Amino acid sequence: MNNFVSPDLYPAAPEIFLLAMACGILLIDLFLTQSRRWITAALTHATLIGCALITIFTFNDQVVLTFSNMFVDDALSDVLKLLVYGSVAVMLVYTRGYLRDRGLDKGEFYLLVLFATLGMMVMISAAHFLTLYLGLELLSLSLYALVALDRDSPRATEAAMKYFVLGALASGLLLYGMSMLYGATGTLEIGGVAQALYHGSAVGTVMIFGLVFVVAGIAFKLGAVPFHMWIPDVYHGAPTAITLFIGSAPKLAAFAMAMRLLVYGMFDLAEQWQTMLMIMAVLSIAVGNLAAIAQTNIKRMLAYSAISHMGFMLLGLMSGVAGERPDPSMVVNAYSSAFYYTVAYVLMSLGSFGVILLLSRVGYEAENLEDFKGLNKRSPWFAFIMMVLMFSMAGVPFFVGFFAKFSVLLAAIGAGYLWVAIVAVMFSLVGAFYYLRIVKLMYFDAPTDAAPIVASMDMRVLLSVNGLAVALLGIFPQGIMALCTQTLMRSL
Amino acid sequence: MSSHLLSLAIWVPIAGALVVLATGERNTNLSRWLALVTAILGFLVTLPLYSGFDHTTSDMQFSEALPWIQRFNIGYLLGVDGISVLFILLNSFITILVVIAGWKVIEEKVAQYMAAFLIMSGLMNGIFSALDAVLFYVFFEASLIPMYLIIGVWGGPNRVYAAFKFFLYTLLGSLLMLVALIYLFFESGGSFSILEWHALPLGMTAQILLFLAFLIAFAVKVPMWPVHTWLPDAHVEAPTGGSVVLAAIMLKLGAYGFLRFSLPIAPDASHELSGMMITLSLIAVVYIGFVALVQADMKKLVAYSSISHMGFVTLGFFIFNQLGLEGALVQMISHGFVSAAMFLCIGVVYDRMHSRQIADYGGVVNTMPKYAAFFMLFSMANAGLPATSGFVGEFMVVLGAVKYNFWIGFAAATTLILGAAYTLWMYKRVVFGAVANKHVAELTDLSSRELLVMAALAVCVLWMGLYPFPVTDVMHVSVDHLLKHVAASKLL
Repeated sequence: MNNFVSPDLYPAAPEIFLLAMACGILLIDLFLTQSRRWITAALTHATLIGCALITIFTFNDQVVLTFSNMFVDDALSDVLKLLVYGSVAVMLVYTRGYLRDRGLDKGEFYLLVLFATLGMMVMISAAHFLTLYLGLELLSLSLYALVALDRDSPRATEAAMKYFVLGALASGLLLYGMSMLYGATGTLEIGGVAQALYHGSAVGTVMIFGLVFVVAGIAFKLGAVPFHMWIPDVYHGAPTAITLFIGSAPKLAAFAMAMRLLVYGMFDLAEQWQTMLMIMAVLSIAVGNLAAIAQTNIKRMLAYSAISHMGFMLLGLMSGVAGERPDPSMVVNAYSSAFYYTVAYVLMSLGSFGVILLLSRVGYEAENLEDFKGLNKRSPWFAFIMMVLMFSMAGVPFFVGFFAKFSVLLAAIGAGYLWVAIVAVMFSLVGAFYYLRIVKLMYFDAPTDAAPIVASMDMRVLLSVNGLAVALLGIFPQGIMALCTQTLMRSL
Repeated sequence: MSSHLLSLAIWVPIAGALVVLATGERNTNLSRWLALVTAILGFLVTLPLYSGFDHTTSDMQFSEALPWIQRFNIGYLLGVDGISVLFILLNSFITILVVIAGWKVIEEKVAQYMAAFLIMSGLMNGIFSALDAVLFYVFFEASLIPMYLIIGVWGGPNRVYAAFKFFLYTLLGSLLMLVALIYLFFESGGSFSILEWHALPLGMTAQILLFLAFLIAFAVKVPMWPVHTWLPDAHVEAPTGGSVVLAAIMLKLGAYGFLRFSLPIAPDASHELSGMMITLSLIAVVYIGFVALVQADMKKLVAYSSISHMGFVTLGFFIFNQLGLEGALVQMISHGFVSAAMFLCIGVVYDRMHSRQIADYGGVVNTMPKYAAFFMLFSMANAGLPATSGFVGEFMVVLGAVKYNFWIGFAAATTLILGAAYTLWMYKRVVFGAVANKHVAELTDLSSRELLVMAALAVCVLWMGLYPFPVTDVMHVSVDHLLKHVAASKLL
């Protein structure tokens, strides 16, 4: 490289805006007293809205690479980023009261959330192993710190420690895998790796070794069995507000990472990674659903449920290529089913942790299943919302979770994995049990706690909208399904 | 012919239920009256389905077709033929009775109770009129939710166990059906239209596997021996209204599924496996008849008698002749009235004495003569006495069975003895004899509200027993068509 070419900054405009704003907020927050903390919150929301506007106005159909092919802006990245902004914004609204009650709504929280968001955006737009890794680390480090936000809580610090150690290990695995891929192909660009594989110029065995490590890294981020150990502990240990964050937007980023590495980068090795994903998917669905039954803490239960949901997502992801000549429409179907599943899951996850936050109040964490007893008596409307969310997670129609499962199963059966699909539905029958148990506690049992439910108006409204969206998107799933398909068709 | 009658039949009760829910629990009388108005309105909109029904064609009538999820070619396809139209009427009619029957008895969460029944009524109309497999499935599974709540919230002491058993048992069946539906989607080249599947040629192995997948779904619902064990639990624990809907309509869904899916989609497998089906049906008829004989709990006795009667229905399906099939359908309608009436009769005394044990009663006739008279009529109908509706169906099925094979007919005919034995013996122990204890002595006879419900059912039972032509006439052409369709092989 003999002359420096200034990179095209335009595709990265949202990231640049967010970074600038984050630095600004960092400074402004220093001069704010606790009673004026709402200014930080408002600025954070404004930043997210600004990012959304920039993303929308810079939206284009083409795949644009910049920063020497390290950064990509395509339809998939734009749509995913918009979803990330949305879920982060919803998260901020849900968590505000909870954090304020516990004295946790410090400036650090907002900044860490913003940097985590930036990390997710970089991951989503990564076209290069290093970019991806940088984004991943930015996200992970922010999350470690967020988990330990309540620094006086031994459980939270323990969870943060566990998360950090295991996360560092997973990052190491990923990095090691990437280095092998570099050795096998001579490039760190995701597109370059794909080219090398396509032309058959990659070194076979090393490539497979690298793939195994990369898949392990992805599985860790998703929380798929056997790399799921951190999920229950972190979900349980972290303050509920942070659990809500970890359980929502980062799943979108992890989906993007899986898409970029496996589908964009190593499509020609699909046969190899499909088998790995299949084993992980089946194990995740099985372990997640079985272990969730034994939980008495709802955060842990939802953690195991998250594991099983990610198993379903992987089931969609692995169904893309079938047989000798993959049918392009089936390939898009499979990936868009995984995409749709992730979006549906994030929506349900936001809602269900939102309800937990709603039931928590000063000095009291609504963490145990028992705390849901008789919710129908205390608040019929939010009991209804929670019921919708639980049935949706169980995959019962008319809710969004049903069509997510449906499209994944359709993709799997279309790719010839009939038996895998049967195993998956049998375990989701097992899963139905613990979701039903929540409904049972809310509706069949008498309340043990008569305290009224206190929550700000914006949270009530947003939570209601969230619950209704889960129901309405189940009745009219067409729009969001088409969105997923269109996005992938434009960026594949 | 385009009309919106079926959509109205589905959505009027559901919309009414939402209004009832919105009125909340403060004004229970308003909830009750709104529910009654909705139920009556729901019944009125189904009446034109009968009056406008063309008896000369086996085509689907009152069809509606709208695209729903274009990506998978799923449509909002509705239509009824002679087989399904009567069930919609029956369902809407029974809903009115259920609303009236729960008028005074239910004092807690009245609005939710009424809404659950109305929503279920709408969903079940959807099941009977769906011509798209996914739409069918969605209604089929969604109808579990209100029933789960009805059993769990307003049920007896062991209601939680019964509600879970009911939900998980039925979900087990339907999940395998979902896999079968997706499989058929691919076999048919991308269609979920049930009518297109009827014409789809399939190999024998595929047919048998599909038949078995459907069998699990529908056998659980019917329920057939040996997957019937959820029914006695559900019936015993459910409130009276729940038992009525369960027996009168929900059990019919399984039987209807055989006619809509199993027989026409896999006719060769149906013939191949008819021996097994007949055996299972006969076991249900005879063995369960004996089981009913020894029950000490009235509701359990009627629950077992329902299983036995439904065994008659499945027997009628799998002997493949006009008499058998029409008899089975008549039996289904008749059982809808008779079992509803039996459960209501039990409900009447249960509301007064809070016991369902036969041993707690005796000499009820002395204090409740009007009640005894109605109970007599319905018991006779349950036993299959000529001139009641119970006789017509059973007689037709027995005739058909004798035509098919004398010994099968012979075994089936034992139900006339067994049915009479267990029903009348129970009747004798409950109603006749000296007044057993002071609780019985304090009983008051039917209120005018109860009298109204009983009289309505009595008219139906007698009318169908004396002049079943209006019922058989509607179904005749469709049954004929179905039999011709099933007789023709669709092997590849």
